[in-house]
Amino acid sequence: MSLRVKPKIPLSGWGNYPISHSDVVRPERFSQLNQLEGCTIPRGLGRSYGDASLNGDHRVVLMERLNRMLAFDEKTGILRAEAGVTFEEILDVFVPRGWFLPVTPGTKHVTLGGSIACDVHGKNHHHDGSLGAHIKEMEIVLADGTVGLCSPKKHPELFWATIGGMGLTGIISEAALQLIPIETTFMVVQHHPTKDLDDTLAVLGDSKIDDKYSVAWIDCLASGKSMGRSIVMNGHHAQPGEISLKKQELLLLPKKSQHSIPCNFPSWVLNPLTVKAFNTFYYKWESSKKEPFLIDYDHYFYPLDSIAHWNRLYGKRGFVQYQFVIPSKNASEGLKVILDELVQSKRGSFLAVLKRFGAEGKGLLSFPREGYTLALDLPISDGLFPFLDHLDELVLKYEGRIYLAKDARMKPETFRAMYPRYSGWQKVKGAVDPGDKFNSDLSRRLGLEGKR
Amino acid sequence: MTGAVLVLGATSAIAKATASAFAEKGHPLFLAGRDTEELHRIASDIQVRHQVEVKYGSFDAEKHQEHAVFLQHAVREMDGLDGVFLAFGDLGDHQKAIDDFTVAERIIDRNFTGACSILHHSANYFEEKGAGFIIGISSVAGDRGRQSNYVYGAAKGALSLYLQGLRNRLFPKGIKVITIKPGFVDTAMTFGLPGMFLVASPEYVGKKIVKAVTKSRDIVYVPWFWKVIMMIIKSIPERLFKRLKL
Repeated sequence: MSLRVKPKIPLSGWGNYPISHSDVVRPERFSQLNQLEGCTIPRGLGRSYGDASLNGDHRVVLMERLNRMLAFDEKTGILRAEAGVTFEEILDVFVPRGWFLPVTPGTKHVTLGGSIACDVHGKNHHHDGSLGAHIKEMEIVLADGTVGLCSPKKHPELFWATIGGMGLTGIISEAALQLIPIETTFMVVQHHPTKDLDDTLAVLGDSKIDDKYSVAWIDCLASGKSMGRSIVMNGHHAQPGEISLKKQELLLLPKKSQHSIPCNFPSWVLNPLTVKAFNTFYYKWESSKKEPFLIDYDHYFYPLDSIAHWNRLYGKRGFVQYQFVIPSKNASEGLKVILDELVQSKRGSFLAVLKRFGAEGKGLLSFPREGYTLALDLPISDGLFPFLDHLDELVLKYEGRIYLAKDARMKPETFRAMYPRYSGWQKVKGAVDPGDKFNSDLSRRLGLEGKR
Repeated sequence: MTGAVLVLGATSAIAKATASAFAEKGHPLFLAGRDTEELHRIASDIQVRHQVEVKYGSFDAEKHQEHAVFLQHAVREMDGLDGVFLAFGDLGDHQKAIDDFTVAERIIDRNFTGACSILHHSANYFEEKGAGFIIGISSVAGDRGRQSNYVYGAAKGALSLYLQGLRNRLFPKGIKVITIKPGFVDTAMTFGLPGMFLVASPEYVGKKIVKAVTKSRDIVYVPWFWKVIMMIIKSIPERLFKRLKL
């Protein structure tokens, strides 16, 4: 069964910037993964923000129909599935059976393969690491058409080059994911409002206040004494004893509310005034929740998923997500400097999130490392890119780095300075893909290639 | 009743979605097709998601002489069948079919003759059993012959007639025969084809098919508006239609 090609389809990431036109194929059979000729990049649900799954003038493979769950071991909680399965599907099937994802990003509309390729992290990195730490083994369709099985013990160099490898070592076809047991669909959440950045860092770092999941929504437009004020939202999976519900209701899937942004909004909707108004309101509203409260997992982990196409709030020009991490020793100063620049530039957004990271994992191009990570949305407007180049220099100065899954505009030299393990990655890439079959707009922009 | 359903052509997107919808209601399944590696993956997926028994086996629409034995095998494996769901078909390359009759012959076999063969044995099985249902996926393309795909259209049209006859024969025995006529569906068959509109998802079609069984429907256009569209198409006088380039 041969694959039909849809020629020159416009594709973009979640930021709707940049847009690239590529030939697209959508295999429905596993055996069709061998039929891909020429320069190729796999794509899941396209939720990375920039150009990671774009491949202008070449081929993009939509993996969404290779989404079969192949086996589940009730005793160990290990799920084996094809790479196109989504986190939403995994939750819908396994939450009622008492299992949850070990690590999840802020949306459930991502594929297993895409999440591995970006080595996604969640609100529990400081305890549980990133997704790569919970993958037992993977199968990868390599450039020569063979299928390579790898794990931390078997071909570990290929394994760790693929975790966070942005799809450039081959097409992840299957993976074995370790799920975690839960007893209810609810989370117990406690909010801690903070008055400024140092207060925020202190609360995030306080082991008495800490919980399994920890994240701070940060008001990145607050200035002066309030700069860096946040709401720290810590939580854990509710035990049955913490809820007064009948036993059979404990694992019921929550009703998913769904609103939708119907079209691209004009660019004046999200402007410094409206965003500042939103931030002030949101800070007061969330601070008022003083006691621990219950919330279902869907609202705690995926608040934005209930607004379909929320990226259209940013209009046709799209937006850029800027996410970096700075080691703890430089975090207070580094974040102050960067936040100050943001406040001065009036480019802030209502969506700014600060998390604590634990130790670096083994993915050669993985983003998380010990420290604090800040993620912001920035609408594309004049002067944004030179401003971000300047922020890059600051991040580098404080020994931090940028998240490739969110990046749309970083320069190759900046990337090389931020990712010291790149030369190790190059060796693996050169070995498994000497002809550079797997390439993307991102890899070409950043100059990611194998060692010849 | 939630007895076993035989899914013929189980590797297609519509078949997979319908099989899932049946499994969600508790029906065990027997998946049939030529690509057993794919069938294994689909079977595993349905078993993990819906926790019903799913078996699979090799089936080739064009190998008529094997159909009787195949059906007996499926019946034995599943300890009897409640329904047979015929989901195989091949759009084929119309231009090649015009140039080379062997290509046209295959389109007719894969969509009609092969279907008649397995339907023949299925009908006899259900008639003897005294209960059950047969679902056949035809197409709106079978409602009128058009210059752009009349070989496929004719085969599907013939299939609709055959199913209609079976419906008439089996109704007194309490056996349902349902004809499904999908419009454009987002599958490998139509991916990348120009001129598509009002494209339905396989999941939507699957749900509608299972509902059609519950509601004992006869001929079901999916989505419903294709019934209106085809009524209009069919009402165009031949004198005018022959001049069009649909």
